[in-house]
Amino acid sequence: MAKVVLENVTKIYDNDFEAVADISLTAKDKEFVVLVGPSGCGKTTTLRMIAGLEDISKGKVYIGDKVVNNVLPKDRDIAMVFQNYALYPHMTVYDNMAFGLKLRKTPKEEIIQRVEEAADLLGIEELLDRKPKQLSGGQRQRVALGRCIVRKPKVFLFDEPLSNLDAKLRVQMRAEIIKLHNKLKTTIIYVTHDQVEAMTMGDRIVVMKDGYLHQYDTPVEIYNNPTNKFVAGFIGSPSINFFEGKLKKSDGDIVFAGDGFSVDVPDEFEDKLKDYAGKEITLGIRPEDVYHKPYSTSADYPANFVANVEVVEPLGSEFQVNFLVGDTTFRARLEPKEEPVMGEDMDVVFDMKKAHFFDNKTEETIV
Amino acid sequence: MRHKTKPFHYIIIYAIVLFFVAISVYPVLRVITISLRPGDNLLTRSLRIIPEDATFENYIKLFTNEPFLLWVRNSVLVTITVTIIGVVLASMAGYAFSRHKFPGRKLGLHSLLITQMFPATMLLLPLYIMISKLGLINSFLGLIIMYSATALPFCIWLMKGYYDTIPPSLEEAANVDGASKFTAFYKVILPLAAPALVIAALFSFMTAWNEYIIAAQVLWYEDMFTIPLGLKSFQGNMTTEWGLYAAGAIVISIPVVALFLFLSKWLVSGLTLGSVKE
Repeated sequence: MAKVVLENVTKIYDNDFEAVADISLTAKDKEFVVLVGPSGCGKTTTLRMIAGLEDISKGKVYIGDKVVNNVLPKDRDIAMVFQNYALYPHMTVYDNMAFGLKLRKTPKEEIIQRVEEAADLLGIEELLDRKPKQLSGGQRQRVALGRCIVRKPKVFLFDEPLSNLDAKLRVQMRAEIIKLHNKLKTTIIYVTHDQVEAMTMGDRIVVMKDGYLHQYDTPVEIYNNPTNKFVAGFIGSPSINFFEGKLKKSDGDIVFAGDGFSVDVPDEFEDKLKDYAGKEITLGIRPEDVYHKPYSTSADYPANFVANVEVVEPLGSEFQVNFLVGDTTFRARLEPKEEPVMGEDMDVVFDMKKAHFFDNKTEETIV
Repeated sequence: MRHKTKPFHYIIIYAIVLFFVAISVYPVLRVITISLRPGDNLLTRSLRIIPEDATFENYIKLFTNEPFLLWVRNSVLVTITVTIIGVVLASMAGYAFSRHKFPGRKLGLHSLLITQMFPATMLLLPLYIMISKLGLINSFLGLIIMYSATALPFCIWLMKGYYDTIPPSLEEAANVDGASKFTAFYKVILPLAAPALVIAALFSFMTAWNEYIIAAQVLWYEDMFTIPLGLKSFQGNMTTEWGLYAAGAIVISIPVVALFLFLSKWLVSGLTLGSVKE
């Protein structure tokens, strides 16, 4: 068990492409850190640099207190689960799991004991004599996990381990990995492009895009206080609604005037927004902060206007509704009792206390 | 519903198959026939596959009166060495070409391919000059070098092509598991490349076992002859001992046939390598 520290880590490929740009972060001992971002954001490259499978162009990587830049993967005392599992096809499940221990010249009795322990933990005792090709996707996934567990490494690295599983199994394995982490308390660095996975599994989440680290914080903090427009849009499902508009002053109050609607801005935001008066700005509001007026009692700072119901998706537990106002479509999650009707106008309420404002140029969050 | 083949189609299919079987089997049968004929019966016009007074006389003569066993020994020595060199070097060179980026990688691969475009006869003179300058005329080493040089380019390409189909994450997993680069290659990749190794071995084996022209340039003395040279020596200025010739041909084809039968399982999967994923 150990912390993992990245200090100004940069990866520049031979063709001068900068895959990872100046990333610094610390994964504390026993922490579950998730790297998340759209494909090509450098998250896998970052993980591979920690594993030692990719050279580090600039900066330092520490595992524990030791700089490992020039340490071979085999000597880093890490274990990794690959996206395609990378089980050795010619070996049985037992041999797959014992491979690392055999290389370390672990005594045979101990190997047997550790493999059996891990197999028991993962529920794959009956599979030990099988070859990988005789296993289902979920079973392979477990074996790949088992191969990591038996080694008792300092750090687990996961590279999109669940992306090859079907939706149901993914949810199940997600829970199992969380349980496993609770039991083993090993530092985990986990890469995924799935923000739901990131939110549900991580103690802390690193949101990356185009090689840059955009935000590193707890899931709740990232959800409630995204640092910029990208993070706000990437985290959350269904994703946040953005509106282009202008800030105007009317009767001493600041009002956001969008395409075909205008909403009042809470007083406590005014201080931070005062430099933007009269300027173009982006408003972000999450679908759950949009209400139908009669049911908007839980909104702290309601601001209402009329919008047209474009599409209604009844999900049972809620309605997901696409509204149209001006030329902008936005999405809302409404309570199941409301029964919106397609094509009709509805009184819509934004809870402006939960709203975010973004600078149009820098895309940074203002409030 | 499965498509039903009409009886008429069967007749055509079988006729075609039988025709090609006949074309490929007939010469072999003739050689067997000739090897079984007694010496005074060589020019008979009989078409019987097993001649009337069939005898193993030629086979016995081959092993007792002629230095055939010596030639077999020479051939085995050369062939096995070439096979080992071919497999060992090709498996490693192919791996390097498949997995590593290094200056001259493309050039190397292409020049290996280009060597395959020249017929061996064209290379005879330069190779001969090289071998003689190295003082390797009349030595097995010279022959082995020449055979290996002929067999290696194909084997390297074959191995490279096969390694390309093995996901690199397997070595990476092995590295993370604690294996050095060589251990990962030796314990994980090499076993998986067995089908390609078999083809490489077979190809190297065939290159050396059947070869005549190069051997005829390098080896001059009868006691150093490989089997093809030995057989050719039955063809004298005045007469040719067809019986011995045929018997020898049959005997030397046995290991090749046996090898193909034994490896056929690998061969079939090996020849379709790379066409299907996993």
